[in-house]
Parts: sequence; structure tokens; C-alpha cells
Amino acid sequence: MLRDDETLVGEIPGTASKDRVTQLFRNRSFVGDAAVALVLIGVFAFGRSFEANTLLLVNLMVYMILAQGINVSYGFTGYLPFGFVGFFGAGAYGMAVSTSKFHVGAYPGLVAGVVVSVVVALILSPLLRLRGSYFAIASLAAAEALVLLVSNPSAQGITNGAYGANLSSVFNPGASYVSTVVALGLVTAAVVWLKHSPFGLALRAIKADRSSAAMSGINVVRVRTFAWVISAAMAGLGGACYAWVISVFYPGDVFSLTTSVFAIIFALFGGIGTVVGPIVGTVVLYGIYNAIGITVPQYFQLIYGLLIVVIVLFVPRGLASLGASVFGRMSR
Amino acid sequence: MLLEFALIGGVLTGMYYGFLAVGLNLVFGVLRFVNLAHGSVVVLGSYLTWELSNTWHLNPLLAGLIAFPPSLVLGAVIFYAVTPRLSRSADPEMLSLILFFGIAQAIEAITTIVFTSNRRALPGSTLGASSVSILGQRYPFYWVLGAAIAVPVFGAIYIYLYRTRLGLATRAVMSSPDDAASVGIDVKRVSAICLGVGLFLAASAGSLSIFIRGGTDPAQGIAVTTFAFTVIVIGGLGNPISSIAGGVVLGCAYNLAQAYAPSWSGVIPYGLLLAVMLIRPSGLFGSQVRVA
Repeated sequence: MLRDDETLVGEIPGTASKDRVTQLFRNRSFVGDAAVALVLIGVFAFGRSFEANTLLLVNLMVYMILAQGINVSYGFTGYLPFGFVGFFGAGAYGMAVSTSKFHVGAYPGLVAGVVVSVVVALILSPLLRLRGSYFAIASLAAAEALVLLVSNPSAQGITNGAYGANLSSVFNPGASYVSTVVALGLVTAAVVWLKHSPFGLALRAIKADRSSAAMSGINVVRVRTFAWVISAAMAGLGGACYAWVISVFYPGDVFSLTTSVFAIIFALFGGIGTVVGPIVGTVVLYGIYNAIGITVPQYFQLIYGLLIVVIVLFVPRGLASLGASVFGRMSR
Repeated sequence: MLLEFALIGGVLTGMYYGFLAVGLNLVFGVLRFVNLAHGSVVVLGSYLTWELSNTWHLNPLLAGLIAFPPSLVLGAVIFYAVTPRLSRSADPEMLSLILFFGIAQAIEAITTIVFTSNRRALPGSTLGASSVSILGQRYPFYWVLGAAIAVPVFGAIYIYLYRTRLGLATRAVMSSPDDAASVGIDVKRVSAICLGVGLFLAASAGSLSIFIRGGTDPAQGIAVTTFAFTVIVIGGLGNPISSIAGGVVLGCAYNLAQAYAPSWSGVIPYGLLLAVMLIRPSGLFGSQVRVA
């Protein structure tokens, strides 16, 4: 599971933190990942000067955030949440309710979105006891229960029920775009950190063999719950930014299973367990979706359905694994 | 009276829910993965039923029988195309779950392209009678019919599993594929047949689903799968006969919610699924937690 250059990053007992930092920068894969994150932020920071369709840029960023969230959960810990969109919706509603009902500003609203999704993640953390497909389907059930809760007539006083949320009081196209770029930067930086920190190493140890990880002193329950919360917070932040940008939405828009599916496919297609994989996967597949998908969505659904089959059968570790093997051969 | 109606209705629809879910449980027991395309096949069965009734003016329930040959072929094709590569991969369980999700999406897309995304429904009168009186209250005829069909279906599954050689082989594969192979059972053939039978049970349940769910549309698939999964988790994963008990529990819970708190009834299948998974993951009749 672990490549040689990755195990090097693990903490060596007794080394001072300064040594760890220099060691990190000597590690070529860390420098590469950090460069990817910086380029990504640069592209989106100036994105609006070469792409007039702001919503397309925002959707790309939001899907990158979600794909990275799936990456943290599935790529690093092996838990695949089909209902990941539940956190996205929780973040969107956290933002909407705090700004429109409690009249807080937009930035506290973003924080509220993250907090709500983290609370949902903590409530759902017993699900982590389940493994494999049990967990995947249970998380789907949780997301479906959540949308029924939010759109329920009894919740109308808080969430406005099926009539949707309206954030016009804080509408601000410029600031919401910049916030989404910052959110993407934070999420990407978190994944870079996860991949190169002892914590990320512990996660991958749990994924590879849980009992051996526990034997070597990793607190399995605490570590995986923390990863679950990080991944939920990413989705919540994405949801809150998305809510701010689009300003008016209905429960079905932010709790759509399609969102989960897209994020999972983008992450898998690019390659999980890497920093660049989910980004490349989103750019390629969401690009294709925009080229052909908007007019006839069911053809795109057919294509991505078959694409999932092809990915699973022929490139289960994604494009990044293909790239890595090509580079590996070239450098040899 | 309301309580009585909810409970009798719950038992009637619940037996049908068991029928709806039993194919999923059979496939899970034998192949050890959750067939996420189950609901999409149920929807396909519903469309076949609609076509039979509206285009050819035949009895809609014939769809439940016509679906048998194509289901077996589809099961064999999927099985032999997919499993050799999957079983060699690093994480066959999760990858097969994702793969069948892809198949479900493809089926849903093809259904949309062929039949459009418009909702199709059939009036209850196409089945003959429209309602039946039990203990002084009237119930939709298709509820009673669903239960009346579910009983022989479960009888046939019981006879297949416990009275035939193929059923014996099936149960052997369920308990241990390696041991089954070592005593000369053709595990691949048994698995391919079970996948086909599972898909057939889904498609034939679809011919009643169009009535009981009040219509069908291509996007229903994943909700039907989750619903069926709830039924088999309550009954016990990997024990097909127990699905009928799971169905009755879910049917009663759902109908009680419909009677007393209708706006919350949609939460019932999901809430019950989460509760059973966290409190008693083996279900009512599962002996142990099966790691898929």
C-alpha cells in the first residue's frame, strides 16, 4: 500500500521539528503536491479574467472540494460514504439558516455551515463501526433521512421546509467567489498535509490493516473519527460556499445523490490517496459533462455509468496510478 | 380502526416488500456483495409491465414470467464479464459495490432514454378488482394480490433452497465458497445462476411495484434498492427466507407512520435501517454479522 518515498515522511523518534520541515522539503513528492495546490489556487484566483462563466468555475471548485473530501474518507481510511452529499447539504443549510434566520454575517455563516456538518458527522460517527458496503449504504440512508428532516413541514420554521432557502441578505458575488477559492486552497492544503503527515500515515496504516495499526499504538477509533470529521468539514465548507454563491436553493438541490456520485467518480477516476488525482478527475470529467451533459443529461449518465464499470475493472487506482507508472518507467 | 387498518395493511404490503427484497438477499448471500442495480431492475420490470398492459393489452402480471429468460442471461453476462477481474483486485468488496452502482446508473440512463423520465402508472382496475374487504375494512386489491403472490414465491424459494440439488449447492456456496469448490461444486455456475435468479426476482417484483408504489419512473431505482436493503437488513442478511419477516416489520412500521405521522413516514425506512444496523446488525434472523 505504501510507496517507499511516503514511508520516509513518517515521524522518526527524536528528530526535532525543524529537521522534519527540511526533510519534508527534500521530499520531492511533497514539493510536487504543494506546487499543485499553489497552481490550482492561482488558476482559480485569476480564473474570472479568462472564463466569463463564474458558476462553471464555482462548480468546478466545489466538486474538487467534494472529491477531496471523498479522497480523505475513502482514499485514506477506506470508508466510502455514498451519502457524502449529506454533509454538503448540512453545510449549505448551516449557512442559509444562520444568515437568514439568525442574521449573522456571511463569514460567520460559513463557519456555521462547517460547524453544522461537523456536528452531523459526530452524530453519525457510530456508523464507522460498520464496514464496507454496510457503511456505504448506511451513510446513504443517513443522507436521505437528513433531507427528509430538512424539508419536513415540521421543520419549516427553521429551514423553510420544501420552499427552499434564500440568502439574498448576504448576496455578494465577489466575496463569495473569493471565499470559494480560499476554501479550495484550505481543503487542498489539508490533503497535502494528510498525505505527508504522521497522521495521514496512521490513517493509511488503519486502511491497510486495522489490527496491526492498533497493535503499533494507533488509537484507531479516535484517528478514524477525526478523519471522518475532517472530510465532513470539507464537504460542509463546500456546501456553505456553494449556498452563498447561488443564493437561492431547494433541499433537493443540495442533497442530490448525483452530487455524491459525481464526487465519488471524480475522485476514483483521478486516483484516490493522491493530492492531484481528485483535481484532475474533476477537471476532465466535469469538463466532459459540461461539453455534452447539459443538453442531454441521460446520455452523460449512461456514459458515466459505463465509465464507472471501466474504471473499476481496468484502472481501479485511477489516472494518477497510470501517470505514476508512466513516470516510474521514464525515470528508470 | 386506524390501528387495525395500519397493521393489516402493513402485513399485506410487508409480505410483498419481502418479495421485493428477496432477490437482493439471495445475491448477497451467494456473491457477497450488495447488488446496487437491484432497484433499477425492479424499475425495468415495472416498465415491462406497463408496456404489456398498455401496448399489447395483456395481463400486466405476465411481465413477472416473461422476465425470466432475459434475467438469467443478464445475470450470466454480468457475472462472467465482471467477476474474473474483480476477484483479482485489491478491494473486491468495495469495488463491486461501486461497479454495480455504475451498472445501476447505466440501466437508469437507458430506461430514461427509452421510456423518457415521465412517471408511468397503471390504474388498480387493470388487475380486475379494485379493493377487497377484510374484517369490515376495504384494502386495495393490489395489496392483497402482492401478499398472495409473495407466499408462493417464498414457498418456491424454500423448495429450491432446501429440496433441490442446486439449492443444496447454493447453500454450500453461501456458507463457504472454498469448501463448496473443494467438494466439486461449480461455484461460478451456481453464482451466475443465483445472480440471474436474483435479477429475475427483482424484475418480477417490479410488475407489482408499479401498483404498490403508485407508479414508476427511472429515478426510483436507488430508493427501491435502499428500501429493499432495509428489508433484508431487518430480516437478516444472507438468509433469503427471513426477508419476508423483514418486509412485514418494515411494512407495519411504514403503515403505522402513514396513519399517525404521515409527514414522517418517508423517514421510516432510512431511520429503521440505521437503527437496526447500529443496534442489531445481524437482523432478526441472521445468526452473525456477515462481512460482505
